[in-house]
This record gives sequence, C-alpha cells and structure tokens, in this order.
Amino acid sequence: MVADAPRGARLDPSTASVGLVLLVVFSLGLAGAANAADAGFAIHSWMFVIAAAAGLAGILIWHEAGAVTPVFDRAFYEEGVVKAGIVATMFWGIAGFLVGLIIALQLTWPSLFYFEGLPWTNFGRLRPLHTSAVIFAFGGNALIATSFYVVQRTCRTRLAGGMWPWFVFWGYQLFIAVAATGYLMGVTQGKEYAEPEWYADLWLTIVWVAYLAVFLATLLRRKEPHIYVANWFYLAFIVTIAMLHIVNNISLPASVAGSKSYSLFSGVQSALIQWWYGHNAVGFFLTAGFLAMMYYFIPKRVERPVWSYRLSIVHFWSLIFIYIWAGPHHLHYTALPQWAQTLGMTFSIMLWMPSWGGMINGLMTLSGAWDKLRTDPVVRMLVVSVAFYGMATFEGPLMSVREVNALSHYTDWGIGHVHSGALGWVGFVTFGAMYCLTQWVWKRPKLYSNALVEWHFWISTIGILLYIASMWVSGIMEGLMWRAHNEFGFLEYAFIETVSAKHISYIIRAAGGGLFLLGALIMVYNLVRTARGDAPAEDKKRAPDAPVLQPAE
Amino acid sequence: MAAKQSWLMRNHRFFERHSYILLAGILVTVAIGGLIEIVPLFYLKNTIEKVEGVRPYTPLELAGQKIYLREGCYVCHSQMIRPLRDEVERYGHYSLAAESMYDHPFQWGSKRTGPDLARVGGKYSDDWHKQHLINPRSLVPESIMPPYAFLAAQPLNMTAIGDDMSVLRLAGVPYSQEMIDRAEDDARAQAGGDYDSEAMKAGYGALAGREGGVSVRDFDGEPGEPTEMDALIAYLQVLGAMVDFSTYEADDLSNRR
Repeated sequence: MVADAPRGARLDPSTASVGLVLLVVFSLGLAGAANAADAGFAIHSWMFVIAAAAGLAGILIWHEAGAVTPVFDRAFYEEGVVKAGIVATMFWGIAGFLVGLIIALQLTWPSLFYFEGLPWTNFGRLRPLHTSAVIFAFGGNALIATSFYVVQRTCRTRLAGGMWPWFVFWGYQLFIAVAATGYLMGVTQGKEYAEPEWYADLWLTIVWVAYLAVFLATLLRRKEPHIYVANWFYLAFIVTIAMLHIVNNISLPASVAGSKSYSLFSGVQSALIQWWYGHNAVGFFLTAGFLAMMYYFIPKRVERPVWSYRLSIVHFWSLIFIYIWAGPHHLHYTALPQWAQTLGMTFSIMLWMPSWGGMINGLMTLSGAWDKLRTDPVVRMLVVSVAFYGMATFEGPLMSVREVNALSHYTDWGIGHVHSGALGWVGFVTFGAMYCLTQWVWKRPKLYSNALVEWHFWISTIGILLYIASMWVSGIMEGLMWRAHNEFGFLEYAFIETVSAKHISYIIRAAGGGLFLLGALIMVYNLVRTARGDAPAEDKKRAPDAPVLQPAE
Repeated sequence: MAAKQSWLMRNHRFFERHSYILLAGILVTVAIGGLIEIVPLFYLKNTIEKVEGVRPYTPLELAGQKIYLREGCYVCHSQMIRPLRDEVERYGHYSLAAESMYDHPFQWGSKRTGPDLARVGGKYSDDWHKQHLINPRSLVPESIMPPYAFLAAQPLNMTAIGDDMSVLRLAGVPYSQEMIDRAEDDARAQAGGDYDSEAMKAGYGALAGREGGVSVRDFDGEPGEPTEMDALIAYLQVLGAMVDFSTYEADDLSNRR
C-alpha cells in the first residue's frame, strides 16, 4: 500500500532536521531508560522515547499522505499550528483551573480532600502542578499560538521554518507533560515557578531556541518595512524568558541518569536569582507577551488603530528596562542586603508608569468605538482584562513598598494580587484572543453564541471578584493578627488562630475559583460549536446587510 | 495627523525596521538590571558574614531536606524570620544570611500558609513531629496541613546520599572526601543505628566551629534502617539550631553593616 502512494521527491530540509532531532531524543531517551537511577527518571525517559517515536511516525505518515501537494506553501498562512495551539490552550486552561479549585478545596476542608495513601494528591505536589499548568501550559500555549498567528499577519508572510513550528508546539507539550508528571512524583528543583528538573529544563531550552528561531526568521522575511508593536513585545518575551530560564536553572545533576539536581547557587544569591527570574516570569511571560496580544487583538476586534504609537515606543522600552530590576521586592526584610531590596522597591514603584502607559494605550484604542463594549462581549472581555491589568499593576508597586510589604508578605494578599493579574488580566485577555482566533482561523462569520460569551463574561467576572476580595480580607486580616499584641505586650494570637479565622474566606475563594472554571467550560463549549460551524445561518435580530447605526464620533 | 514626525518616531525606525538590531536592543536593555543587582552579591564580602555554628548538613539531614523539597513543603512554610517585633517574638532571632548558605537552592519561601520553620529545630519533640506528620489534625485540630503518614513506612534511599554530597561539593559545600565516602554509615549512625558516630560529630563539629551541633538519636523511634521519617525529622530538628544565639551578638561590630 505504501509503495502505491504517490511519493514526493524527498523529505524537505526542515522536516528532515526535525526528524534528526527526534532520532537523537529517541536514542538519548532509550539510554536514559536503560540506566535510570530512579523511577522518576525512568518514567520520564520513556516519555521522551515514546514522544520521539510518535513524532517520527507522524512525520513518516504525513510525508506519505501529503506528498502530492507542495509542502509549507508560502502562498498560504500556517494555520494548523495555530488551531492546535487554541485546543492546547483551552485544554490546559481547564486542567489548571480544575487543579486550582481542588487545592483551594484542600485548604478549606482538609479532612475531605487529603488522602492518606496518595502522597501525590497532597497540596505540596499539586500546587506546582496548578501554577505551572496555568502559567506555562495555559499561558504559554496561548502565547505561542497567538504569536504564531500575529507574526504571520503583521509580516504578511507564512511562518518560517516549515516543520519547526510544529516541533515547537509538540516539544512544548512534551515539556509540560514531563514537568506535570514530575511534580506528582515529587521530582522538583524546589524553586517556585522553576520546579522542573534539569533534563526538562534542557529540553525546554531546545524548544525555546527553536521558538525564537522560527519567530525571528518570520520577522526577517516580512513584507512590511516596519515590525509591528505586538512583535516587539513577543520578541522581548521570548528573548528575556530564554535568559531568565537559563541563568536561574543552572544546576548540577547528582547523576546523569537521575532526576535530582542541585542548584549551583545557594542562600542569598540563590534567593535573588530566583526572584529575578520569578518576578520577570511575571514581567515578561505574563505581561510583555500578553501585552503583545492586547496590541493585536484589541485594535483588530474594534477596528481602530493603536491609540498612540509614541506611547507604545516609550512604554515598551521603559517597561522592559525597569521590570528586570523589580525582583528584590519579594525579599524585603530578608537576609538579602538592604541596598538590593531598596533598588527592587524603587524600580517597582517606577514600574507603575510604563504599566499604566500600556493600559492607557490599550483602553484608548477604543476611542470612537466605545459602543462595542455594549454590542460585542468579546471586546468587553478584552477591555476588562486591561482594566484588571491596570489594577494589578497599581497594587503591585503598592505592595512593593517595604512598610506595606511588612504586612502583605507571606499572606493571602499576595495570592489575591497574583490572581487579579492571572485571572483578570492574563485569563481574560487570553479568552478574548481565543474567541477572536477560533472565529478567524476556522473562518466562521461569527461565534456560535454571543449569549454564551455574555454568560462566560459575567460568571467569570463574579468569580474573580469573589476570589480577590476574599483574599484581600483574609490576607490583611492574617497580617494584622500576626502582629497584634495584647495589652500586656504579648502576641495576641497563636498562629493556628489565624488559620481558623481564614476559613470563611477560603470558602468564598473556592466558590470564586469554581465560577471561573465554570465560565471557562462554557467557553470551551462555545468554541467547539464555533469551530464545527454550528453557528445559526443568520442572526435573527440583525441581518448582516441591514443598516447598522453608526456610533457618534 | 501632522506630517512632521517627532524625533522619537524618526529614530525609532532604526529598531523597528531591523530585526537583529531590535533583538540586540532588547537584550542589552533587559541585561542591565540583573547584572547590577546580582553580580555584586558574589563579590561583596559582607553579603554573607561568617557565623559560628553554621555547618553543612549531615547525610541524614541532607536526605531530609531532599524530602522537604520533594513534598513541596516550601510552598506553605517560609524559612526566613524578618527583623520585625512580632516575628522575633513568635519564631526567634531573625534569620542570618549565613544560616542558608548551604541550601541549594534557598528555602526562604514566599508564603506562610503554615508557620515559619527557620527555627523550628528543638521547639517540639521528635514524637510530636512524627505524630504531627502522620496526622496533623490529631495534634492541631484546626490544621490544614496534608498528612505524611507514608514517610514512616518508606525506607530512606541511602545510596543516593553520597552522590548528592559529591555534587554539592562541586557547588561549593565543604564536604571532605571522607565524609562523602562515609555518607551511608553516618546516616545510619545519626539515626541511632549501631554505628560509630564520633568521627561524624568531630568532622561536622570542625566545620561548624563548635561542638555538640550534631544530634544523634532514633528520630522516628523505630529501630532498624533509617526511614524517610527519620531523615525529615532530623532536618526539621536542625533548622535554626546550628547557631547558638545565647552567645551570638547581633550588635557586635563585625556583624554591623
């Protein structure tokens, strides 16, 4: 049967080179599995072997089946990888929100949600799973998918690299799978947001360099003289994350066939490098990358140009310059030298301005199209995300002030702050972008249901408000209780009393998280129906060619 | 829009029309802050002052720290007491930089869902820890901590400890080759096994600059090979216990900066 299939001349170079990389991964994986020093490493080696074998098989099947048509035709955009990215974003989003809900319930009702015989279900192992699933899996896939879409459209050229974008996509999923299973098995470096062990880090480095190469090569073959604003932000995100990832993860494996490694850095240096990384994972992964989304999807959706080009330039360079300095504000009053703490705080406060520059530029892009807030729930989602961005980037500098931090650090206030950024800003801007993208790449005239977007918007917004309000209350309350002294000058409360006092807030937080998950499930249903082309043929309320009222200028 | 472009708009073309120049501009811009904040920490001598008593972890304690990391204890417990009145009263003397100098990576934490553990060593008995780890709510009814009963049944992976110590030596921890070779026996000895513990006590005492810093006893109260429970409790019991704060003087001229 294979012999009868029409054959192309030979594998194109990009596919052949991806195949070569997979062959190397396959061999290294087998070697690792044969010599594994521990169970975690053995399982991960087999995961690499199976993934590489599946990749090679996929390439061969694809080559046999598709050899008649020209591959990677430059006359067309590469949209398959964007579609895959949308699916992956929503899949990991639901998984991450669900794990978040589970760990919120564990803290609320520990006797119900902990299982003595199942160590992998404990909070300490599920919490990294939650943070990585939402930040790196949900957020990361959204960034890769949108950047691949945006860079093609704004450069008016097909994505460069032929098979390599697909390598980036699947390589990234493999990284997520290795990281996630590692957390459950207790394979971790023990650094927040940088938990994956050394071999997962090495793999991510390879994938990330490929990502940078694809993105840069696409920029280089652009048919527009200027590089569009969104691409500055994407480029800054990709390059800076590479720098942060490599430096923060420098470690020495205890065995070349074992999962455990030790960070080269210790104590104070380890702390500052970790928070230089950690805060800029926020700054460049969760901010710069998503600002790129804002700069493409808001103007596109409301059909208005970016409000101020000059403001884009000023806030881009000042944002990326200042963000890098802000890390030490996570280490106030610690054993980190005070000069470093003060630098961190100073730059964190300065950061307020470029952050709000971005917010203003995003919001004001609606000038002349404010009516769309009423008529298009997707626009409303995008705009509310920018509003949450503004709120979170005001709260951040506030919390970075030493005296405020004395109260807020170590408390639930930090958790609330993170979630106003993560649910409100990152979540909503991603949802908005995914609603747009699904409609656009599957070439549908409109979404399956605008009413469901309305439901999603309101359910999730209420969820976010419950979440952050309950965390403000519990965070500030516990901070005040910890430092309360009674009339005799002794501590007023035992630590455990502050834990009990937060129970009500924890119930409200779990309810908020549940609503956010519910909203995302509604979205998935809506996107699936949209992609399948189930949208009603015509909108009964307003036929497409009926006169449309023009907004007042 | 006005035809004349501003200085900024004219000159920014340089970046936005050339991918590599944009890339280089970004790299330079994002490198500056980190370089200025991080690099001096490796060179300024007063970043970490030498403090008597601080020593590398013994093999058993190191294995315990590995379990602490594996179980993600750091996501709920900090190990960094700030110099604030309530913290010093609740947890003890504020943390010194030297106390975490052998932690690869640091375990300062960022959240106190549970209390700080920087000086939990010696605060509770081994029995208390064992019972609390098996079922936290049996001792503290309002606790929201997960149960770690499985640690008591899990034999400690002894063979890995030597490898861990060798690698840590590469990263700068002053273990001697003899300590590494003796790792398994030292772990058994510290957990109350029938092994000679004198050489270990002397070796780690010399690194600490004071004697009596290594506790030798059966931490989990179960005879036989060390369990993960032994190791974790040994680690918890040494946290904050290395420095003798009855003799440490924060205001000493050498400790001022």
